[in-house]
Amino acid sequence: MNVQPLQDAAAIVGIGQTEFSKNSGRSELQLAAEAVRAALADAGIEPKEVDGLTTFTMDTNDEIEVARSVGIGDLTFFARTPYGGGAAIGVILHAAMAVASGVANCVVVYRAFNERSGRRYSTGVSEPLVTADAIHWSWYMPFGLLTPASWVAMYSQRYMHEYGCTGRDLAQVAVSTRKHAVHNPNAFFYGRALTVEEHQASRWIAEPLRLFDCCQESDGGCAQVIVPARRARAMKAKGALIRGVAQAAGRDQENMTSFYRPSISYLPEMDLVAKQTYAMAGLAPPDIGAAILYDAFTPVVLWQLESWGFCSRGEAKDFVRDGNLELGGALPCNTHGGQLSEAYIHGMNGVNEGVRLIRGTSVNQPKKNEHVLVTAGVGVPTSGMILGQL
Amino acid sequence: MMDKAELEARLSAYVGTTTGPPVAAPDAVNEAMIRHWCEALGDRLPVYTDADTARQSVHGGIVAPPTMLQAWILRGFSMASPSDEDKDAQVEVGRLLAAAGYPSVVATNCEQEYLRYLRPGDRIFAETVFEAISGQKATALGTGYFIDTRTTFRDERGESVGWMTFRILRFKPNQVPQAASPAPSTSQKPRRLRPPLGHDNRWWWEGIEAGEIRIQRCKRCATLRHPPRPMCGTCQSIEWDWIVSQGAGSVYSHVVMHHPPVPGYDLPLCVALIELDEGTRLVANVIGCPPSQVRIGMRVQARIEPADDELRLPFFYPAAT
Ligand SMILES: [Zn+2]
Repeated sequence: MNVQPLQDAAAIVGIGQTEFSKNSGRSELQLAAEAVRAALADAGIEPKEVDGLTTFTMDTNDEIEVARSVGIGDLTFFARTPYGGGAAIGVILHAAMAVASGVANCVVVYRAFNERSGRRYSTGVSEPLVTADAIHWSWYMPFGLLTPASWVAMYSQRYMHEYGCTGRDLAQVAVSTRKHAVHNPNAFFYGRALTVEEHQASRWIAEPLRLFDCCQESDGGCAQVIVPARRARAMKAKGALIRGVAQAAGRDQENMTSFYRPSISYLPEMDLVAKQTYAMAGLAPPDIGAAILYDAFTPVVLWQLESWGFCSRGEAKDFVRDGNLELGGALPCNTHGGQLSEAYIHGMNGVNEGVRLIRGTSVNQPKKNEHVLVTAGVGVPTSGMILGQL
Repeated sequence: MMDKAELEARLSAYVGTTTGPPVAAPDAVNEAMIRHWCEALGDRLPVYTDADTARQSVHGGIVAPPTMLQAWILRGFSMASPSDEDKDAQVEVGRLLAAAGYPSVVATNCEQEYLRYLRPGDRIFAETVFEAISGQKATALGTGYFIDTRTTFRDERGESVGWMTFRILRFKPNQVPQAASPAPSTSQKPRRLRPPLGHDNRWWWEGIEAGEIRIQRCKRCATLRHPPRPMCGTCQSIEWDWIVSQGAGSVYSHVVMHHPPVPGYDLPLCVALIELDEGTRLVANVIGCPPSQVRIGMRVQARIEPADDELRLPFFYPAAT
């Protein structure tokens, strides 16, 4: 039998976040410190008990700066995860490994940025240094393929062509997240629903993607506290058990531009994350009560539904009809409004919502919450996890 | 400079107050100004300028175009008319915000309603109230405050003839990031982003300069690879050369870029993933037909052409059938 030392070894016992906005009016470090402080308060843990920190390579907030700001003392573990939003669960994986192995006892995961008021990813790449990554962008920059929307659009056109998926199918994803955001006071689109017709009337960004196929660029920070499961069981704060967690890069992977594989209409790296996570957790798609699927753009939700086995390849367009992603549907999805409608915090606001779903405290709480799936960025080396009841 | 709380307290004191005493139109509604307005706007409706037609119409005589409402009370040519700036609290608010670091202004919204047609001889009076002043807002132009006013227009009998709401933004302009700003104002056209050149790709771009689309080939196992890598993923050999592509291929996928605008790139722009007949794919622009006509599977042929005065790129054209 396969030994899975990480299965049920760690739990998320605290979540914290700042408000999400278009202009935070303060430094990224302050956002990080506020999110970490809030997560620790939620867990009922003192800063001095923290001995590990993990974040994204893209985060500008040094571990030691965050530690000094929050009053965290000695650190025995720190690690970073690359590839943008693909890191969202990778950081949890690192934290879980650290507490399961005894390298650390309490690890805080954080991510904070002024992605709207500061450096916006949608303005595109313009890399001055000649690194392998810069050379990689040289195949796209001179031709005007510069933005995340444009890279995702390239896969989308091919996927839609192969499977007969239309813009109205993409609209179903956008409309479902808006339905959830209507009830979430933290969401940009709180109280503001969306119709398929409004989606179809919105302007092109990178054809075949329209404005409402794209997430909300945001300022904000999020953090989570991870401790060993045995300690979590003794704590007052209700924790979410990490049943399975994995990260993966696929064969012939590029950072957002894996255009040279035999097929570009599915996500080999996400397939691999799904296979590993289900194996570690000993679970299968019917066990999942709700999901937080990384949704920087609408089509990536379709591909993940296929990667995680909720439908067959090419059939996600049928799955998302009839409200299957909404409360009461086959798989309530992105109940906070997702990054399309709550805020884009590089997937980390989704991790917080995943914990709320397990706790039963989401503003859109589905009845079935024994197991909740949370995924990270799409088009990049990525990660995912299944949370369960402690 | 005053702090934000003090500024906002001073601003909120204006809400609900008038911007000054009612303003009387310098001239009564008159046929000359109506004619000038209609000429300037190209409005040929005879009821505004032709007395005979107007007499036989439902109006029974000449009326003013309703959209002239605000024109009647506009201050005259500023160098010729006495300044009453000091009586206008809108000027005061503008100075207050400029002093607090919000020097720029832009009009963002205007709504008008016309309650009756104005006729020659009507004398118009207008009174303006600060309806609302927003909290600090971050906008694409910069951070600042929205100021809403409502102007009520009355005739000499004091009866309302229309109203107008007007919203302006007084703001601190954003510093435009370097990468997004247009090229310096020379006559030179903005240029596309240059490919960063290093050990692993310079030879390919030298090929483009030489008029060739090169495809890297492993010297040991002959595997073709694009984008190039320093080592063969199939046999791990670091020995490689290249073949020259014929430039013929088909569209494997494509996008049409509409937003955001980037200097040097004319939008909408088709960027396609081309599958070359040699078997490798590359990203390049399809031109020579409207972006909307590009289809997956379409046959294309490359030509290496200047993108600007310095950079040459492979461009793909619909293949002659
Ligand atoms: Zn080889």
